[in-house]
This record gives sequence, structure tokens and C-alpha cells, in this order.
Amino acid sequence: MATLELSLDESSAAPARRKRRIGTLFWLAVGWTVVVFAVAILADLLPLPSPTDMDMLERRGTFSAEHWLGTDGLGRDELSRLIYGARISLIVGLCAPMIGVTIGGALGMLAGYFRGRFESIVVGSMDVLLAFPPLILALAVTAYLGQSIFNLTCILGVLGIPAFMRVARAATLTLARREFVIAAQALGATHTRILLRELLPNVLLPLLAFFLLGVAVTIVVEGSLSFLGLGVPPPISSWGSMIGEGRESLDVAPRLAFIPAAAMFLTVLAFNLIGDTMRALTDPRQGAL
Amino acid sequence: MLFFVARRLLYLVPVLIAVSVLTFVIASLLPGDLAYVILGDQATPENVAALRHDLGLDQPIWLRYLGWLWHIVQGDFGRSFRTGQTVLQAVSERVPISFELMILAELIGLAIGVPLAIACAAKAGSAFDRLMTGSAFGMLSVPTFLSAILLIYLFAVELRWLPATGYVPFTEDPLANLRFMVLPALTLGLAEWPGIMRVLRSDMIAALQEDYIALAKAKGLKPSRILFVHALKPSSLTLVTITGINIGRLIGGAVIVETIFALPGIGRLLVGAILTRDLIILQGVVLLVGAGFVIMNFIVDLLYALLDPRIRHGHA
Amino acid sequence: MSSALLSVENAVVDLPTPRGNLRAVDHVDLAVGAGRTLGIVGESGCGKTMLSRAILQLLPKKAKLSGRVMFDGQDLTRLPAEKLRKLRGRSLAVVFQDPMTSLNPVLTIGTQLIETIQEHLELDLAQARQRSIELLAAVGIPAPEQRLAQYPHQLSGGMRQRVAIAVALSCEPQLLIADEPTTALDVTIQAQILDLLAREQQRRHMAMIIITHDLGVVAGRTDEVAVMYAGRVVERAPTPALFKQMRMPYTEALLAALPKLDVAPHTPLPAISGRPPDPTRPLKGCSFSPRCRYSAERCGTEKPQLSTAETPEHLYACFHPIAARVGA
Repeated sequence: MATLELSLDESSAAPARRKRRIGTLFWLAVGWTVVVFAVAILADLLPLPSPTDMDMLERRGTFSAEHWLGTDGLGRDELSRLIYGARISLIVGLCAPMIGVTIGGALGMLAGYFRGRFESIVVGSMDVLLAFPPLILALAVTAYLGQSIFNLTCILGVLGIPAFMRVARAATLTLARREFVIAAQALGATHTRILLRELLPNVLLPLLAFFLLGVAVTIVVEGSLSFLGLGVPPPISSWGSMIGEGRESLDVAPRLAFIPAAAMFLTVLAFNLIGDTMRALTDPRQGAL
Repeated sequence: MLFFVARRLLYLVPVLIAVSVLTFVIASLLPGDLAYVILGDQATPENVAALRHDLGLDQPIWLRYLGWLWHIVQGDFGRSFRTGQTVLQAVSERVPISFELMILAELIGLAIGVPLAIACAAKAGSAFDRLMTGSAFGMLSVPTFLSAILLIYLFAVELRWLPATGYVPFTEDPLANLRFMVLPALTLGLAEWPGIMRVLRSDMIAALQEDYIALAKAKGLKPSRILFVHALKPSSLTLVTITGINIGRLIGGAVIVETIFALPGIGRLLVGAILTRDLIILQGVVLLVGAGFVIMNFIVDLLYALLDPRIRHGHA
Repeated sequence: MSSALLSVENAVVDLPTPRGNLRAVDHVDLAVGAGRTLGIVGESGCGKTMLSRAILQLLPKKAKLSGRVMFDGQDLTRLPAEKLRKLRGRSLAVVFQDPMTSLNPVLTIGTQLIETIQEHLELDLAQARQRSIELLAAVGIPAPEQRLAQYPHQLSGGMRQRVAIAVALSCEPQLLIADEPTTALDVTIQAQILDLLAREQQRRHMAMIIITHDLGVVAGRTDEVAVMYAGRVVERAPTPALFKQMRMPYTEALLAALPKLDVAPHTPLPAISGRPPDPTRPLKGCSFSPRCRYSAERCGTEKPQLSTAETPEHLYACFHPIAARVGA
């Protein structure tokens, strides 16, 4: 019959191949992420020149044994700056979505579980936050609060709340109607217990997948702001500000822009890949197949 | 339909008010205050107190907000204390440039994304489809400023075909204007097509499995008609939605692109205002962009309703 | 059989699934003469829809079809796409089960009619429009001219199915396949639609295949009936002969499962117990044997073949046909 045929068509088409194809790429992405994390964490222990030491005699030097990736316009070691830059990009990239996932996740679960007026208020206030193009809001707030890593992280975190709220709320809405939650309610479990013991473990996985996508987005936004010179304040450098500085010498030393650009692209791509794969795995529609 | 419009309009009012409140609150968060910024070196306690009084900064915040809102309702968004230009003047000079940029970008995004989506949906699962969906996924990880410097490097530095920065008004020299617009619009367009392509592709693949496609085949229609009329037309509604979702990203992207390519649009005005701490302009621009964004979303909603016969006839 | 308009010869449809190969249609032979009506009856999942899609060459991409589908002297399975396209909608038309999903929601009724007419007939827009209006009137739609500008969702289910029938009839096809044309409709509308189909079939002298799960639908409206079970035709006979003396226990069970007016209220319906076998795990013997009241040892080990008994037109695949059991 028609229904039989449709389900056959779908189940035999994309998913199997998709999983196999993402397999290797997925592990490559995980590998790259691990490497970036490792060098960022261990930066102080690595035998690296200081990222801020200037060597005016060796400006825009090319690859050498002393400076593996050459030096920048002020004679600073490019590799060292790249690794210390990874720290900033990762700190902001991880901490900001952490704020989003905590506040947004909690609000979304509460809204999805209790419904009613609370839900309307939460959804409504998120709509207001979404009423601004995110980059504009980030720019405006940093302009008023002043540039610092802390401010930047907070702002990008707050901007992520609506998206996490939506994911958590959607997941909670579907879960709250399932038998195990109804059973727990029938057994007289408290709201706190249901939220923490029954719902949280199930909402956590889709949230985690979305968190990884959030990291990718945040690294891009932080990069954009720093690129414009409105992100992290100098002399701290993140990948974005390195690309911004490298842009000045695009005609003489394009690698100064393209090396951090490649690092950033690969990292963002890796987080996107891991997040997307996890989302596909935790997607209830796919799980049902 | 009328009811639908009325309901959406009614929703628009509180959101616009909330936008204005948020803008005002952000602006009031300023550590130190406007008086210090304006006076700069000449800030003595007496001067500051006098100026604060002149600016009304010594009043409670809600009173200041109402006063500010009252001026705005009358069309007075304030005046830059640096250039003397009013916010409205500054914005209206620059809006056409940003609009041109965003429209060109969206057109480029559609021109790349739509044909690719159709081709991929028609041959779903093929090597071509996998290559293109893979590329789209990769492109999603390329930040706007990255493709911008890549394009500058390629077309302006290496090939020297196009200018890297600059601007000529369209009314002055349309051709030169387009030459300056190509790279910025292409940069933004490159960020747009993957989203368009991914959503439209999966939408069309779903549409192609519908019964009405089987019937269209059973009617002996040409494959091109089945693809472009029967499958694409229902999916074109999705296209409107994506375009709506894209607006926010386009505005953000425009800020970056205008700054990189030195286009005197709204984005550059905003960044300039931040760098020179021109707070009146900043506040005005943020408010106008926020309001414009809300209104554009409203228009997209209406457009969607207008295009979908089911909503148009009040069945939704 | 040689004079048949459509003959399906030894058709097999295999579908690869994650759980293994699914044989949806298993060596089916069928024929319909010009102007004749054939009913195909069976439960959900017995392969009747797959069979109709196989005739139309509209199977899912993964499905494999073997055997021949001869239509008007041509083997449809070997016909180039372009020739097949010229045939579909022109000589070979179809009405699907659900008019809610088979009409395109964003195209007007007029567009969906006119595009078919203009694809196959040399008519200009005005003529095609005129023809559409006549067709809508013929299928019993009031105010046909206004309907052209309307969208499917503005019409009721029954009206939509009438539109779908008008689309199917638009180029005077030689064969109309109606795949469960009334299943998705209200009971009160079902008879109207079936009568409309029967009337138009008579008037246009076209051949028709009605696919249904309801023996009652085919009773008065077909010349011949084929009963399908688990992908196979298990009984085939001229309609009067079948209803006079059905031989296959499955057919009997299908008939018994129909609600009747002459039994006392609140009598439970004798539903067929159990469910059809898993089509990815074919049984060695008769597919119906696990559910059959008359099943014997042989039924579980050997597959009965379609064979004739007293009259050459009446074929059935059963070791213990109903009348024979009475005689034994």
C-alpha cells in the first residue's frame, strides 16, 4: 500500500549511506578537535617562543627552523600566536555556549514542562531577544560595556539562550507526554524529581549536540568581532584578530591571514561535523526509523 | 487573510516597544556616561553636572525613556555630537547602499542555491548530490570575513580584476557602482547559498515522494514540468521562509562586509559610531536596525501567507 | 487472452529493504480486455498497489520488476521513457486512493486539468479550458467554471476525488486504473464515486481495473475479479461465477468479513484471524495456511499453483477448495 511504499523508500535511501560517509570524517573531526584542545591547554609547557615577543629585524619572516610558521608584521612567532590564539577562541567558544545551554536549557525545560503563562513569558522574551540581528546586538553591547574577554563571553552567551531554550523546550514537550514521565507522575514523584531524573537525562543529549554547533557559531562570531577590532582587546590575539591583522599584508604575506584562517575553518568545520552527526543520532525522527 | 494581518500587526506593536526598551536599556548601561564622553578633556564636575542636566540625564530612567520615545515617535532620533548630522539623515544616506548589497547578495545566494538544490533533489543520492551537499556543509563553516579576504586576495590582489575597496553611487556611474559591489555581494552570497540549497533540497526530496508527484508522472507530464512546477512550487514557500530567516544573518554579514570593503552603508556607520563612541548615532542605528528587522520579518510572514493558498483562504 | 488490452505476464516485484528482500508481487498473470472491468481484491499489504504501480511503471526506484506488462501490443517494461510518457495520461490513466494527497496543493484545479489535456491533445488554452469545464460537469461537480480557479483544499474529499477522476478521464484513456478510489472517502460518498466510475466506464467504453480491499465494491461493477494474497493471485474468476461459488478459503473469509444488513445488530464480525505473513520471510507452503480453517499438512509444505477446475475461467490456488471439501 501507499504507506508501506513510502516508508520503504525512505528507510532504504539516505540514512545508511550517510552514516557510513560521515564515519571517517567524524573521527577526523574528533581528532582535530583533540589536537587543538591539547596544544591550547599545554601551550605554556610547549617549547614555544612568547607570542608577544617582537623581533623587529625578523618581520614577516617565512617558515624557518626557529619560527616554524614564520613571523608576523611585528616579528612575533606565528605558530606561538596561533596556539595562544586558539586558547582565546576556545575559551570564548566554549564558555559562551555554556551560559546559553545552562540558562536556555533550564528555561526551555521549565517552559516545556510547566507550560501555561510561564511558557508564554519565556517564549515572548526570547522573541524580543531574537528581534535584533545577533551581531548588531553583540556589537552594541560590547561598545557600551567595553571590550574584554569576559564581556564578550557573556554577551555571546546571552545571545545563545533563545536557541538553546527552543531545543530544550521542544525536546521536553515531546518527552513530557511519554509513558515514563506520566508513570512517574502517577507514582507521585515531585516536579523536581521528574525534571532532574526523568527529563534532564533525555534532554541533555540533543542539547549537547546543539551545544557543539553553538561552539562553532560562537567561534565564528567571536572571530568576526575580533576581526573588526571589536572583540578581544589587544595585545591579546585570537584567530579573528590575527586574520584581521594579516589582512593588512595580504599582498606581501598572504599566509599571515590564511594560516589562522585555515585553523579557524578546520576547527569550525570539526565542531559542525561532530555536532551534526550527534544531532542526526539524537533526532527522534531518525531514531524512530 | 485580513484577520491574519491584523493578528500579526497586533503582535508587532509589543515587539517594537520591547525593542526600543532593550535598545534604551543597553545604552543606559554605559559605564561613565554620555556627559563625560561628550566633554572629553573638559570634563569638570560642574561641566558634567550642567551637561547632565541639559541632556536630562539626572532624571529617573523610565522618565528618560518616555522622553526619548516621545522624540522618536515624532521622528527625532537625535543628532550626532561629532558630525552634527541627525541620525535619520545619516541612516537614510546609507540605507540604499546596504539594501543594494543585501539584495544583490540574496540574489547571488538564490542563483547558486536554487539550481543546485533542484539538481541535487532530482538526482538525490548520486555522486553529484553528495559532492554538492558536502560542499554546502563545508561552506557553512566558512565565516563571512574569511571568504571576504579570500575573494580580495584572489580577485583584487592576485588577478587585479576588481577593486578591493571603495564605492561609487549607483546614480553617478551604475557600472562602476556594480564593479565595487561585486566582491562584497559575492562574499555575502557565498554565505547564503548553502542554507538555501540544503533546506530547498530536502524540501524538494520530500515533495518528490508525494502522491501528487506520482500522479503528475501518471499524467504523462514532462519531467521538467514535474520538477519545476509540481515539486518546486510547493517548496518555493520554504524559500520565502529561508529568505526571512536569512535577513538577520545578512544584516550581520553586511556589517562585516561593509567594513572590509569600505562600503559606506549602515554597517559601516555602526562600526564607525562604536569606534568613535558616537553614542547617539549608535543608539539610533541599533534601534532602527532592530525595528527594520522586525518589520522585515513581518513582511516575510505576510508574503508567506500571500503565497500559500491554504493560509490565504484562511485554512491554516 | 491474445485480444487483451492489458496483460500482465509473470510479473514479479522485488523491493530491497533493510530486513531483506521483499517480494511484493509474486508471479502474477492478469489480463483485461478492451472495455472490460477487472477487480483486484485483497487486504492491505497484499501487493495490489505495487501491482498497479508496476503496470504504470511508477514503482519506487529501488524496486525491481520482471515479467512483461503488455499494453496495446507494447511491453511497457521495455518502453523508452519518452514513449511511456506519451502513453501515460493519454491511454493509461489512474485514480489514486487519497484525493487529499494526490492533487497538488498549490496548483489550481484548472491548471491540473489543463496541463494534462494540453500535454496530450492538440488543443489551445481556450479549448482545453472548455474541455476541462465539460469534464468537471461530467463527473458531477456543480459550478464547474468557478472550480477551475480554486485550489484542492477548497473542495471536499468527495469533490476532490471527482476532480481526480476528471483528470484521469481528460484524454479519453483506453484503460483506467482506480487504486482504492473510495477508501479515503466517507461511506456515503463511496457509492456515488463508484457509480460515477462505472457510468463513465460504460459511456467511454474504456477498460477499468478497480483495486480494493472490499469485495462488496467489485460485486456488481466488474466483469472479472482477481483475489490477491501475499503478492500472489490466489483466485480469479468472472464476477458472477466467483460470487456463486468461491473456491478459495481466503476469498470466503474476505466475504465473511464484510458487514451485512441481514444479521442481527451487535453480532461480531467474523474477522480474519492472524495477519498476512511477513513478506520478507516467504513461507514454503501456502501463504494463507497459517490463518486458514481448512489447512492441512500439505498446505504447509507445498505451494498450491493457480489452476482451473470445472470452468476454464475460474482459477484458484488451493489444495482444499471449498466445494471439494463439501464433497469429500
